Amino acid sequence: MTAIVVDGLCKSYGAVEAVRGVSFHVEEGEVFGLLGPNGAGKTTTIEILEGYRTRDGGDVTVLGVDPHTGGRKLRERVGLVLQEAAVPPMLSVTELVELYRGYYPSPRPAAEIIELVGLTEKAGERVRKLSGGQQRRLDVALGLVGDPELIFLDEPTTGFDPSARRAAWEVVRNMRTLGKTIVLTTHYMDEAQYLADRICVIAAGQVVAQGTPETLRAGTDQVTHIRFELRDGLAVATLPLKARIDGGVAIIETATPTRTLNELTTWALAQGLELPNLEVARPSLEDVYLELTKNE
Amino acid sequence: MSSTGIALRQVSFEQRSFWRNPASAFFAFLFPIIFLVVFATLFKGQKVQIGSVQTSYDDYYIPALVAFGVMGACFTNIAITLSLRRDNGILKRLRGTPLPPWAFIAGVVGSSIIVSIVLALLTTVFGILVYGVHVPQHVDAAAVTIGVGALAFCALGMAMTIVIPNAEAAPAIVNGVFLPIVFISGTFFPVASTSVLAQIAEWFPVRHFINAMFTAFDPAHQSSSGFNGTDLLIMAAWGAGAVVLSVLRFRWEPRKG
Ligand SMILES: Nc1ncnc2c1ncn2[C@@H]1O[C@H](COP(=O)(O)OP(=O)(O)O)[C@@H](O)[C@H]1O
Ligand SMILES: [Mg+2]
Repeated sequence: MTAIVVDGLCKSYGAVEAVRGVSFHVEEGEVFGLLGPNGAGKTTTIEILEGYRTRDGGDVTVLGVDPHTGGRKLRERVGLVLQEAAVPPMLSVTELVELYRGYYPSPRPAAEIIELVGLTEKAGERVRKLSGGQQRRLDVALGLVGDPELIFLDEPTTGFDPSARRAAWEVVRNMRTLGKTIVLTTHYMDEAQYLADRICVIAAGQVVAQGTPETLRAGTDQVTHIRFELRDGLAVATLPLKARIDGGVAIIETATPTRTLNELTTWALAQGLELPNLEVARPSLEDVYLELTKNE
Repeated sequence: MSSTGIALRQVSFEQRSFWRNPASAFFAFLFPIIFLVVFATLFKGQKVQIGSVQTSYDDYYIPALVAFGVMGACFTNIAITLSLRRDNGILKRLRGTPLPPWAFIAGVVGSSIIVSIVLALLTTVFGILVYGVHVPQHVDAAAVTIGVGALAFCALGMAMTIVIPNAEAAPAIVNGVFLPIVFISGTFFPVASTSVLAQIAEWFPVRHFINAMFTAFDPAHQSSSGFNGTDLLIMAAWGAGAVVLSVLRFRWEPRKG
């Protein structure tokens, strides 16, 4: 089953065309990452799917219905965590989770949800006494408490320190294990790579690439880098191939790494040279991402 | 869960939020009590002329302060609290849950009415015990007046958020509108109905609320029922207008940029 279908979505704010013909679909049970730099149109897209914003054009279906008219029935099946939202400060963690449980027809137990986001030790604490990261995790808990089929997370880890990010990633992984469909936005490549089954890269309101982390990487015409250190009598002038020097390291860029490497090593053997710290590196997904969004 | 159940949960949430928040508990609750002590002490023993009746200052001031307390607990409190929650995304987040908007509003209004009733009782009992004011003549009329006033001023508080751009501006705008009207309406000292100030105040609901409260308390036994129909109607009309505006223009999301 397909959980979300987006076809030719458009949205402008006055003269700003925030989303310009975005299309993608999300399958049930997968983690789908909307990846893009700030201002790419991620929040606009996700908030149209959540029913907060109207669209100017295109077709959108969420769990089989139009999110703009889905109403309460749809909201019972969807959990969400907004990019910017506070949690009411005066209640305790447990009180707030209990309050939100009351909004849904078949919620999960409060203690289980609090445990899932790692706030068990803070369960009795007033919300205003929690750190920013803890409040954000509580926000995630509120998105999960209704046991939704579909979860939207808009930049769930922005502003987290590395250990809090790791913890949040584990929460998302746990939700995936529960069979939830998850749509998350992020501007961190590594986050999308670690969490998402499929990634949709958007920049300036348009989809620039789409696929699994693997196919994204394979799909680019990026060159392979061959590197080694320039020492032990190696000088750039003597090399048989064109190389660029970066901090004492020679970098040869090639679209045909097998042939280039052969030329290089044949030459080195003939000279009786060892190439120190020889490395052949495929472009990382990070490189791919930077390449895709570099016009922004 | 039943609709009543959902609404009651919201009321209980709002009550906990209210009493645990030092700012709201202070401004909405302690403020009227402090005013009570200050003004009642200041003008103790003075006589005031209300229309054709002469009463003691305290007999005028206590019902006026009951109205003031209700307005603070409803109008000021709702306008400021909801602006704050709108700004920091709490309202938007709530809008994404299945909680029906009416249940949220019922919680806010119900909680404000509870605070209003507690304040009214405290003010009245304090007035009777400490300042020797007369026991209210028409308890039923007083209750109805508090009810109509509370509902009208809750609606006005919601409507007020429409013109509040952001949370920082909320207290200044709300008090900037509310306090001048409170003064010219004769909350702290009666304003003769022939004066220019009173003529202006007649257009707003505050003076009518105070009038209706005074008629219900009726220290000089002037009224047979304690109901002041005209004042109640004018308040209700303001409330109805505010409901219409709120339905049309209430925002759950912060204003961008
Ligand atoms: N409510 C709004 N009003 C006007 N412009 C907006 C609004 N929301 C977003 N924008 C603009 O639309 C573009 C996309 O924004 P957004 O969807 O928030 O991107 P992202 O979430 O990827 O950072 C940006 O140029 C932003 O300034
Ligand atoms: Mg965003």
